Amino acid sequence: MAVVDYNAPQSVQEAVALLSGSDIKTKVMAGGTDLIIQSKSQAVEPLRVVDLKHIAEMMSYSLDDGGLSLGPCMCCAEFTALHDVETLYPGLVEAAYLIGSTQVQGRASIGGNLCNSSPAADTIPALIAIGAKCRIVGAGGERTVAVEDFVTGVGRNCMQSGELLQRILVARPAPGSRDAYLRFIPRTEMDIAVAGAGISVTLDSQGVCTAARVAIGAVAQTALLVASAADALIGTQLDDASVAKAAAAASAAASPITDRRGTIEFRRHIVGVLVKRATLIAKERAQASL
Amino acid sequence: MTGVLVSTTINGDAVQFACPTDETLLDSLRNRVGLTGAKEGCGTGDCGACSVTLDGRLVCACLVLGVEANGREIGTVEGLVEDGKLHPLQEKFIEHAALQCGICTPGFLVAAKTLLEKNPKPSEEQIRYALAGNLCRCTGYDKIVRAVQAAAKEMRKK
Ligand SMILES: Cc1cc2nc3c(=O)[nH]c(=O)nc-3n(C[C@H](O)[C@H](O)[C@H](O)COP(=O)(O)OP(=O)(O)OC[C@H]3O[C@@H](n4cnc5c(N)ncnc54)[C@H](O)[C@@H]3O)c2cc1C
Ligand code: FES
Ligand code: FES
Repeated sequence: MAVVDYNAPQSVQEAVALLSGSDIKTKVMAGGTDLIIQSKSQAVEPLRVVDLKHIAEMMSYSLDDGGLSLGPCMCCAEFTALHDVETLYPGLVEAAYLIGSTQVQGRASIGGNLCNSSPAADTIPALIAIGAKCRIVGAGGERTVAVEDFVTGVGRNCMQSGELLQRILVARPAPGSRDAYLRFIPRTEMDIAVAGAGISVTLDSQGVCTAARVAIGAVAQTALLVASAADALIGTQLDDASVAKAAAAASAAASPITDRRGTIEFRRHIVGVLVKRATLIAKERAQASL
Repeated sequence: MTGVLVSTTINGDAVQFACPTDETLLDSLRNRVGLTGAKEGCGTGDCGACSVTLDGRLVCACLVLGVEANGREIGTVEGLVEDGKLHPLQEKFIEHAALQCGICTPGFLVAAKTLLEKNPKPSEEQIRYALAGNLCRCTGYDKIVRAVQAAAKEMRKK
């Protein structure tokens, strides 16, 4: 590791100032579960670290009529224990619960998962499914970007140098609207997704699906929002035939790679299966919330 | 490399050490504080041999910077012994022969202790899930699970 300077600012303003104050490569740190490993493997280039965990607002959350406003650095162990959040966003909570082990969850944050921008990151499809937005702040001010537009490539996102993720914002789901996330791994835990699917559906009192979002992960360079899969669900009772159509649309939208954990064909198939199963879970939850 | 003075609490004792900014908490504990209970199995968060608590939360010490310990409370396996008496988990690990080479054991003990603090009566599945981040190449895990169950039972009696 070549961490040459460690800073623990108390405010976002201070953090933003630190980000533009040096010629040395500077990175913000949340839980460090990606950053520390990456800096261990790239031992040469000097790195300044700006630890965001001493900024109260980065670690806190609020949930009210406007929805969820999440400090991006809260660790997953704390996040997955928030029962009020789990009631409204069970899919996001289950995605956070899948990250690593108990130990990793004691540090890893949803903001870090998002900003690390791995194609296999579990919370990214779950965030896209619920229409989450990123509030980004930098020296030039604030801007808000939808999660599906935030990630731009493998390990890349739309943040410019000097910017940081300040907040993750999600609207409050109406009764009849709920989410689910599923992934496939070859083991029972502690592995990286071979494919993942985040779904949210909204049902009216007749059980007709009036809105849906389908997001898939680990089957393309970035997580994808698949509008054609959502279209196959909207206006239906989420019967087997419509769900099968959505699954086929998701498989068609995938452009996976072959690696030692799965082939192109397998990933394409399994992402459809996950979309189907996650849709049925979201449907059951949506019915129960009416 | 700049050294930073770190003032922290380890197993209830106030401790100070000078820490380079590129050092992990695992290396600080082992090489500066002299607490060698936490082990390095992988250095990448996969094996859990370095498990410690940071303000009561279970973490991998290999994925924490030493300087982050400043002002915080660290718990290590050395803190399990109270008044010279082994913790029930330690006793049951011995009784059930839940270790062979022993390199994974401190991590399992710290992880199991935090589990039992939150959930005094975990099911076998909950134990296996909670300890999924701790790898053991020797025991096959079964004896570890039995030892944790036996310790939980013992601790519920008190
Ligand atoms: C053993 C192990 C198992 C894992 N398993 C999984 C898994 O199953 N699924 C999965 O998705 N991931 C997994 N991960 C990866 C990792 O834990 C997650 O990506 C985690 O959520 C990252 O969060 P963090 O807080 O540790 O991020 P950090 O390491 O602190 O940061 C990650 C990146 O994001 C940047 N960053 C962080 N916060 C901000 C911010 N607020 N603004 C701007 N940039 C920011 C950092 O500069 C860095 O580049 C695993 C990691 C380990 C070590
Ligand atoms: S040494 Fe830390 S998890 Fe293996
Ligand atoms: S006893 Fe040898 S690794 Fe567990």
